[in-house]
Amino acid sequence: MNDEGTTKREAAGTRIEFRDITKSYDGSTMVLPGVNLEIGGGEFMTLLGPSGSGKTTCLMILAGFEAPTSGEIRVNGKRIHDLPPQKRDMGMVFQNYALFPHMTVGQNLAFPLEVRGMAAAERGRRVGRALEIVRLEGFAERRPGQLSGGQQQRVAIARALVFEPGVVLMDEPLGALDRRLREELQLEIRSIQRELGVTMVYVTHDQQEAMTLSDRIAVFNAGQIQQAASPETLYEEPATEFVARFVGDNNLLRGTVRSVEGELCQVEVGGGVIEAFMVEPLAAGAGTVLAIRPERVVLSPSIEYSNSVAAGVEDMVFQGDHWRIRVSVFGQSDFFVKIPNFIGQGGILPGDQIRIGWTTIDCRALADNSPRAA
Amino acid sequence: MAFPLNSSLLNNRRLRAGLLAAPLVLFVAVTFLAPLAAMLVRSVHEPAVARALPQTLGALAQWDGRELPGKAVFRIAGSEFVALNERRALGSVATRVNRLESGMRSTLLGTARALAAEPPGDSWRQAMIAADPDWAEVSSWLALRRAGEAVTPRHYLNALDLDRGGAGEIVRQPEDRRIYVSLLLRTFAISTAITAICLLLAYPLAWLLAHARPRRAGFLLLLVLVPFWTSLLVRTTSWIVLLQNQGVINDLLVALGILAEEQRLALIYNMTGTIIAMVHVLLPFMILPLYSIMRTIPDRHMQAAASLGASHWQALRRVYWPQSLPGVAAGSLLVFILCIGFYITPALVGGRTGQLVSSMIAYHMEQSLNWGLAAALGGILLLLVALLYVIYDRLVGIEKLSLN
Repeated sequence: MNDEGTTKREAAGTRIEFRDITKSYDGSTMVLPGVNLEIGGGEFMTLLGPSGSGKTTCLMILAGFEAPTSGEIRVNGKRIHDLPPQKRDMGMVFQNYALFPHMTVGQNLAFPLEVRGMAAAERGRRVGRALEIVRLEGFAERRPGQLSGGQQQRVAIARALVFEPGVVLMDEPLGALDRRLREELQLEIRSIQRELGVTMVYVTHDQQEAMTLSDRIAVFNAGQIQQAASPETLYEEPATEFVARFVGDNNLLRGTVRSVEGELCQVEVGGGVIEAFMVEPLAAGAGTVLAIRPERVVLSPSIEYSNSVAAGVEDMVFQGDHWRIRVSVFGQSDFFVKIPNFIGQGGILPGDQIRIGWTTIDCRALADNSPRAA
Repeated sequence: MAFPLNSSLLNNRRLRAGLLAAPLVLFVAVTFLAPLAAMLVRSVHEPAVARALPQTLGALAQWDGRELPGKAVFRIAGSEFVALNERRALGSVATRVNRLESGMRSTLLGTARALAAEPPGDSWRQAMIAADPDWAEVSSWLALRRAGEAVTPRHYLNALDLDRGGAGEIVRQPEDRRIYVSLLLRTFAISTAITAICLLLAYPLAWLLAHARPRRAGFLLLLVLVPFWTSLLVRTTSWIVLLQNQGVINDLLVALGILAEEQRLALIYNMTGTIIAMVHVLLPFMILPLYSIMRTIPDRHMQAAASLGASHWQALRRVYWPQSLPGVAAGSLLVFILCIGFYITPALVGGRTGQLVSSMIAYHMEQSLNWGLAAALGGILLLLVALLYVIYDRLVGIEKLSLN
């Protein structure tokens, strides 16, 4: 029991640093133009982004299956470039599980222990405990082909944990499962990671999944990290337009900064003026994108809502716990308002002219980097 | 009224399906099953002598086989020989008896001629022994009687270098006549060696094919298939150009000063030539089944093994090799079976020492006309292959055999 405590403490210490990592396959196009990221010991870090954004490449570089073109990776302060994958002490879970079909579940789990030359008795004990962790006791004699997708993924997770690596890498591990199973396994992965205190690097394109699991999320786009922050920070304070779009629902309005006053600014949008909170300093005359969360928009705003605009109700969709109302503001008809489902839903109908509003702090002015603005 | 029509339509459809498959069934029956059955029958059934000498054999049936038969038997046999020879039918009988006891061909034909020239009165026995003293030997009569057995294991015994002694017990052939067992063993050993060499050469190549980028894999596959599309005869004879004493390889080695003029290597018309050419000819049969299995093994498995701490060698041995086994078994089985019956290549490049059992079968089919023995040798090969099939089924399971 004592030695387990030691490994846990050591595992909790595994820190990872990406320093100016670049990757290019053909020498001219950069898949990763330069990634910098620090992952703390025992942290659950998710690399989130659309497909082709470089998040999987980052993971493969960390695992040792691909070499970076330049830059360095340090694990607990040590460069690991010369270490082949098998010496990196990182458990990996693949999207398609990659269980060995010719071995039983027990043999799959024992494999990493056998190649380390562990004695049979200790092997049996560890395999039993790993199966317990993923709640698959009694499945040791089955073959992977006889298990359901969810069970196979649990085996894959157990196999990545059984040799007690300092870091566990997961590459879209739940991508092939249906929603219910995915949510169930998300909670399981989270609690296992918290319990073992292992550093986790998790790749997904599903922002909901990233929110559920992570201590911090690094949002990737076109090979670059847009923002690396906790789920709350990403949601409340997106640093770029991409993050504002990709993480959660957002309404985006393009406009021009008219005047700046401390952290606040006045923005001209389609003839109206909106007061917004600046994420980064913007100069008067600069193009900007305003991001407003649909659930922060209220109908018939009272006087304390600094922004109040006229809107036409286009469409209403019932979503169970809330209504999603599509309205047109400033000639734009893709503005959404999310209101809780209370009796009467405010008594509005499609075609109504209403007023909607939001506070200054809920309206974030981001730099407009789109080609149109330039 | 509609229902009977419907059911007749259904029957019609089944009938049509049956008719469509009929040509194939017929083809397989005529070209494969029938010759196979005929061969197997021929290996144990040889009625020619029994048909030609019914009375002699009937008389010999009661003979105890220890001392010379009685006078009556001499008379019956002698007159039947004369009668057969007049119909010019004794020659083929004499050839068959001769296979059991050499010298019997001339004994039979000479005796028939002598008896016809000077018909004996009462004493057929004296006349026949006078014509050829072999008739005073018990073994001659035993050979005659054994040649008359219509259903006989003697071809199989012969193919295994065995014979029957005077009392019908099974004994080994005299040492100078034992050839088939060693030839079968040699065929087996050479086939095993060729299969092993093919596997060693094909495994890495199939791995490359299965896991290279699609364009390169396509090009490599073409390189494997082009020889496949070239005539077997052309490929084999081109090895003669390369390997012969004044051939490309020897010339090159001499020109480079590696070999002296009189040290030219004997690469062809011996076992070396047979092995080199057969490995080349049979390599695609190993590569293709391996390739088709390896393509189904995900690259991710090797990565997974590495991430779990396995070295390249451990990953190959513990993860990749076991998954490729159905391909290894399928390819090896295919190559081995083809080897065992291979004829053209050994015939062209094998010379005297590089021959396999197939050349002996061809010899008995075409030269000695001992079809029964050829059939028995073929039957033994068939049995070996069937045995392999059973072993394969036990070890791997025949449903895993994949050649697609």
